[in-house]
Order: sequence, then structure tokens, then C-alpha cells
Amino acid sequence: MPRVTRALAGLGSALALAACATTSGAEAGAETASASKPVSPQFDKNPYPSTYRPYPGVPTALVGATVFDGTGAQLDNATVLLRDGKVEAVGAGLNTSGYAVIDARGKFVTPGVIDIHSHLGDYPTPSVPAHSDGNEATSPSTPDVWSEHSVWPQDPGFTRALANGGVTSLQILPGSANLVGGRTVTLKNVPSRTVQGMKFPGAPYGMKMACGENPKRVYGSRNRMPSTRMGNFAVNRQTWLDAKAYAKDDKKKRDLAKETLQGVLEGEILVHNHCYRADEMALVMDMAKEMGYRVTAFHHAVESYKIGDLLRENDVCSAIWADWYGFKMESYDGIPENAALLQQAGACVVIHSDDENGIQRLNQEAAKAQAAGARMGIAIPDGQVVRWFTLNAAKAMGIDSMTGSLEPGKMGDVVLWNGDPLSVYSRPEKVWVDGALLFDADDPERRPVSDFELGQQGEGDVK
Amino acid sequence: MIRASLLAASATAIALAAPAMAQDFAITNATVATGDGSAPIANATVVVRGGKIAAVGADVRPDPSLPTIDGTGRWVTPGLVAAVTTLGLVDVNGVESSNDTSASRARFNAALDVTPAINPASQHIKVGRANGITRAVVSGGASNSIFAGQGAVIDLGDDPSPVTKAKAFQMVTLSESGARIAGGSRKASHAELRNALREAQDFAAGRWSGDGNLLTRADAEALGPVVAGTQQLFIEAHRASDIRTVIALGKEFPRLRLVLVGATEGWLVAQELAASGIPVMAESLQDLPERFEQIAATQSNIGRMRAAGVNVSINADSIRFTDHLKQHAGNLVALGRMSGAAGLSWGEALATISSRPAEAVGMGGKIGVLKPGAAGDVVIWDGDPLEVSSGAVQVFIDGVEQPLDNHRTRLRDRYRDLDESDLPKAFDW
Repeated sequence: MPRVTRALAGLGSALALAACATTSGAEAGAETASASKPVSPQFDKNPYPSTYRPYPGVPTALVGATVFDGTGAQLDNATVLLRDGKVEAVGAGLNTSGYAVIDARGKFVTPGVIDIHSHLGDYPTPSVPAHSDGNEATSPSTPDVWSEHSVWPQDPGFTRALANGGVTSLQILPGSANLVGGRTVTLKNVPSRTVQGMKFPGAPYGMKMACGENPKRVYGSRNRMPSTRMGNFAVNRQTWLDAKAYAKDDKKKRDLAKETLQGVLEGEILVHNHCYRADEMALVMDMAKEMGYRVTAFHHAVESYKIGDLLRENDVCSAIWADWYGFKMESYDGIPENAALLQQAGACVVIHSDDENGIQRLNQEAAKAQAAGARMGIAIPDGQVVRWFTLNAAKAMGIDSMTGSLEPGKMGDVVLWNGDPLSVYSRPEKVWVDGALLFDADDPERRPVSDFELGQQGEGDVK
Repeated sequence: MIRASLLAASATAIALAAPAMAQDFAITNATVATGDGSAPIANATVVVRGGKIAAVGADVRPDPSLPTIDGTGRWVTPGLVAAVTTLGLVDVNGVESSNDTSASRARFNAALDVTPAINPASQHIKVGRANGITRAVVSGGASNSIFAGQGAVIDLGDDPSPVTKAKAFQMVTLSESGARIAGGSRKASHAELRNALREAQDFAAGRWSGDGNLLTRADAEALGPVVAGTQQLFIEAHRASDIRTVIALGKEFPRLRLVLVGATEGWLVAQELAASGIPVMAESLQDLPERFEQIAATQSNIGRMRAAGVNVSINADSIRFTDHLKQHAGNLVALGRMSGAAGLSWGEALATISSRPAEAVGMGGKIGVLKPGAAGDVVIWDGDPLEVSSGAVQVFIDGVEQPLDNHRTRLRDRYRDLDESDLPKAFDW
């Protein structure tokens, strides 16, 4: 409880963000990423390019596991082959000669876990004011800020997400103090000296927006607009109108904020919209139509279950916790059956964390959501539940052509679990990113330790 | 935080509450975990009579005339005990007017008592109950002094009398944040604590005039039972060195009945803690250096302390949502399978959320355990209760079966489908 209060007070810390990701693969696909294909030649759209390179791996065969491949499928007693940093094949009876063979009988394999909503690096631990870099809460709309410019790669939280959560990719969003919080960045969860060294090559940018209580409280308390929900919409609509006008300008003078908004209008940048209440989500979807952009995902969408039909029709994902509720007014109607009801309605579900601890247990969150559904008669297969924190997240982040499932040719982002990942008793045993083994529970040397923790009590501990 | 007029809210609840009677009954053929740290018993029976546990075991043969619940395929545990929590003090954390956890503008500190602020109709109590939590140790938070005031043990029953043990303990913080409250330094916390104990001793001995004292009369009086050793003193501390000062305090003031809360770095002083006999309510899955007093945080904290012989339970206050309590206990079992980590046996993990917190608060054998004479707090689960997929099916408190519905279950039922062809959803209730 004290932590919730802190988050609310700080407004950025954890609960503030939300975004959406797109599910209509086509226009949101990675090939349209602004980072890789400049549309307007006047300026470099990718001035802080990824320098990430996969680390070396060896051809590896995981043999005899139960495999949830991320697409929803479950393969029993299957083999997963990794080679040259990629998933090479998944199936039964594969030839493993020339591969380092890992006996995975009785164990489980999934794609690397993906968190669509994290503030690691922007709100790193230790959570001291000097580290509070997630909310540029000085103006209600800041499309000009980029969260990558706040990411501290030495945040110990990245290492916990890898070792305890099996997280291999994650999206870092600005906080939710602002109506438009700024650009998101998608990272590979690989330690690096620089944020560029973590940036997911070819991932599209996202733009963080926020509905509801936070923006109106932050600015209303300063006697500034917005101080109401209608104020939120008024500022947003004018922001979009100005951006559309800018798109027709000669653009002799660069405008960082408008460039981001234009990227959204052109479909290169995906909108991730923090929004709790069903009625507000419905209004936002109309605003998107009015202004000519699309919302990829609503984040923290605790009331999505009330409008599963609308979300399906608009092809908008809901990035949600399993069961958070009651910590702020707009979260009052959160229920554990949210994910299951959305799945039943045919809408897209992504399980997210928004939390440096929750990111270590996204698999358990998904399992809780599945169980809540089962108790009300909605049976959702395990493979589909695994998809909630793998392929669906990748899709909503625009990286599903590269990762999120164990399909041949995709990145070798893989978790070997010591038991059923939908059980509280299971943990990642080994984690590969692009085919490189970066965590091994049985090898203390295969465990990242951030600069911050060197020479401190507990350095290199199991954590 | 602004204090709300709680009485109005609870009066309504009282008027609507139907009197419930304790039933005598037996549960048979279930997997029974008593909560005392032992392994679950297959095909066992639990008998409840007069609101108390009457018998537990595989060889118990209940009187055939007793109403019997067939527990085939079910698990049975004692009602879970959540300590420390704010259950009953808050409706919505972020809605200040509904939040009675702290009292930053109050003129009193140690004299503050959570009892009149507890709202048994709180949704969080209802949700906790539906998740198998039947008792809670409730405390406010420190805000204008290192003393947060007096906490209580409550039950989560659907009745107007939530308090099991009022003024069960005094809460004080020697944490980083406590040092800021005290004036900006741990030095100030320790001076404030010692001065308060001294003034309370003076008050109790009739040597307190009010002149030149820092405590108000009410605060000095409230600390009387603490210095006399008749009321427990819960101390929050996290850093290893801070925990050592708590152990030293116990030696300096031997009458104090200390309980350590938080103890993120408790594993570093596990031997000393075990030797001190101080019970610990500890951070469970906190593994990040969120604050400098938590640099050595690890999920193995509880496992390592338990291995050293510390009476350790899970501190529910570090868990964002109290109903995640059993998930945390389950994770401690998972750690037992990881190289280099320290976990708990299944039975010990359950004990950290049942009998151990009960023992820590001086109610061992009375709550949090299935043992003859203990309160008839019994939960029937649809599977392994520490597993994330399992849920409570029936919950009894003092032998009274409890309703498990709440705001959330009603929303679930209303939105089971989105059909509004005849009337709006508002008519579906």
C-alpha cells in the first residue's frame, strides 16, 4: 500500500503510464518503422541509432520440452533448434547432431517474455529523486521528449527482469503526467554501456498518451489547463489540429513535438494510450477517427471488459494487469476476469507490468487471469495465455515479424523454464537473447550485475 | 491525510448486517494443511464446533450427525493472516478523503489508534476474505512522528465487530523515511525514540509533569504499556545496521516486546536475529535496491532467515495488493528449486502467512492454525492454495460461513456478456 501511494504521489513512478499497441499487423509492421525508413528526407529520423549486436551463441537444441511457441500452439515432447542467433526449427524428431543438446524433458520452453509497459531505466532503482526521469511534467503535452534520453542502462531492474522474469524485450514509456508523454523506446534486455546498445534494431517508435486523472490532476493543481476530463480532450484535439496544419507547412524550422505527432498521423509511430475507464476509451477511439490516427493499445485498461466489442471492432489491444484495482478512483472497477472477458469477446489481450517487480512475474499474472476466467466458465488454453505476454505484446509493439514466437527465422529469444510457466513454482532456468545464453540459473557467471551493484553487499547474489 | 467521517459509513453496514451463527460441521476427504509448518495431510478431516477447531487429522472420525462437507479434491487451510496491512483503513488509496492510513496533521502520534477507523464493509476487506484472508494485523503509517500509533488484529468477517485484539501493538519506524520524519537523520530517530520511552516511563511512574516534556500527555500515556512490556512494539527497519540497532534496543530496554517489520537485509543478520528471539515480518520478493537501506535485497531473504532459526513471516505491507499474499508464499517455495537461492518447504511457506504472523502478534494457537481450540477460521480451496490458479471456495470465520461476493464479483456477473438488447446494463443487478 505505501508503494501505491508513492506511485500516485510521484505520478510517474509506476502507475502513470499507459499505451496501446496495434494489432492490425499490416500498417503497424516493423517495415514501416520510422527508425529504419525515413519518409521525409529533410532530417535524420533515426539520430540515435541502435548499436545493439547479438552476442555469440552456439547451435543449441532444447530436446523433449513442452513448448508454447507464442502463437497459441502447444507442442509436447518437442525440440527447439537455435542457430546463428535465430530460431531454426521447432518440432518433433529433429536431427540434433552438431548442436549443444540440452535435455529439457519435464521442462518448458517459451519465447522470451515481452513487457509492453515498463519504466525500467526511466525510473530506475534506487528510486531516489535524482533518478526520477520518466515524466517531463512541465507542460501537459510533450511529444518532443524521447524516453530513450532518460534510460539509465545500469538500472538493476533490467537484470532482475531477465533472470527472474525471462524478459528479453521491453518497451520503455514516459510517465502519464502528460496527455502526450513523449516517445517510447523498445529495448532488447541485454546489458549495455549505452542505451543505443540496448535499442531493438528496427523497432518502431511509440508515442505515450494518457487519459483521465493524472494529467488533469497534475496541471489542474497548478491552475493550468487541463483540470478536467473535458480539458484533457480539448488540449488533445487542438494538439492534433496543430500537428495536421504543421504537416502541410514548409517545415523550414524543425519542431520536435510536431515531428512525433506527424509520425503518428503517418502511421510510423504507434500510439500507446494509458486509459483506465471504458467510457474514456470509447471517446479516445472517436478522437482518433476524428483526427486521423489510430490507437494501437490502451494500457492499464482495467475497464476494457465493459467494451470488449468496441475494442474488437476498432482493433485496439488492451495492455493490462491481471487484477490490480482500487488504488485510484479510475481503477475502482478493475476485475480479475478482465483478460478472459476480452479474450471471449475476440479482443486483443496483452499482459503488462508497469512495475519493476511485476515484470519479474508476467507469467504468473497471466496464469491468474486465466484462472479467473476458468472460474467463470471461460476456458482459455495455456498456449493462448502464453501468447498474452509474448506474441501479442510483440504485435502491439510492431516487432512481431522479428520476435515474440518460436517460428523459424525469428530472433533466438527463448526461455527454458524449470516447470510450467503458468505455475507459481516455476522459474526461468536459462534465457537466450538472439541465440546467446545470457542467464543460466545453474551458472553464477551467467548472471548480469549492474555497475551500481559492484562492491555492494549482495553483489552477484541470486536476487 | 484528512480523516473521513467513518462512523456514518459503518453505521449503515451495521444496520444491514444479518446476525450469523457459528455452525458445527466437518470437512472430510480433503488435503489439509494445518499452517504450523508441517506438510499437508491427504484424506484428512477438520471438525469445527462452537466456532473453534475441534479436531484435525487423517484419523478423525466425526460424529455422523454433524453436517459434513465433502472435501474430495479440495484443500483446507486455516484462514490466512495478513500482517501488516491497512485493510479496513482505506477505500481508494489515491482518494485522500477515503484514506485513513496516516494522519500527517494530527496533534498526536503514539496515541493514535486504528480501532475506530476500521470499516468492516470496506471492499478491500471483502476482497481479502474472498481470497482466503480471515485475519489481519492493521496499522497506520508514520507521518508526523516516527510513532505511527496503535494497531489492531482484526477479522475480515461480514459482521459489524471486526476487532479481535485492539491496541495490540505500537508501531514505530527506524527506516530511512522515519529518519526524515524525525528531523533528517537516523540520529534524530534514535533520540526521539529514547526520549519517548523515557517520558513514558516517567509518566507511568507518576513523575511526568507536562512541563518540559516533548510528548503530549496522550502520547506519553499510550506508550505506558509499551515500556511496561504489556503491549508489543513493532519496529520497522531494513538496513542490516538498522536491524542491529533494534536488537541492541531490546537489550537496552529488556522489557520491550519487539517485533521487527520490513527487514529487507535481515538475511545479513540472520544469526543475530535468531539469537535475539525477535519475531520478524519480512519483505518477501523485494529483490531490488529500491532504497539505499535495501541494497542487499534478495528474494532469498526469508528462506535464509528461516534456515537460521528466525521466526519469520511475510510482511504483507510490502505487497502492493494484500490478496497477492499467497502468491508471494508460493514464490518462496519456487526458490527452493533454484541453485544458490533459499526457499521454504511448502508447509513452511504456508506458515509464513498463517501461524507465524499469528505467533509474532502474540496470538499463536489462537488464529492462523488448524489446531483444537483455535478459532474456527477455515478456508476450502479448489486446489493447492499457494498456486496462482487456485481460489477459495468456502471461507469460515469463527465457524461462520462468509459471503464471498463483492463489488468486483458483481461487475463480473453484470459484464459476463455485453447484451443490452432489452435494457441497459444498469438494470442488470
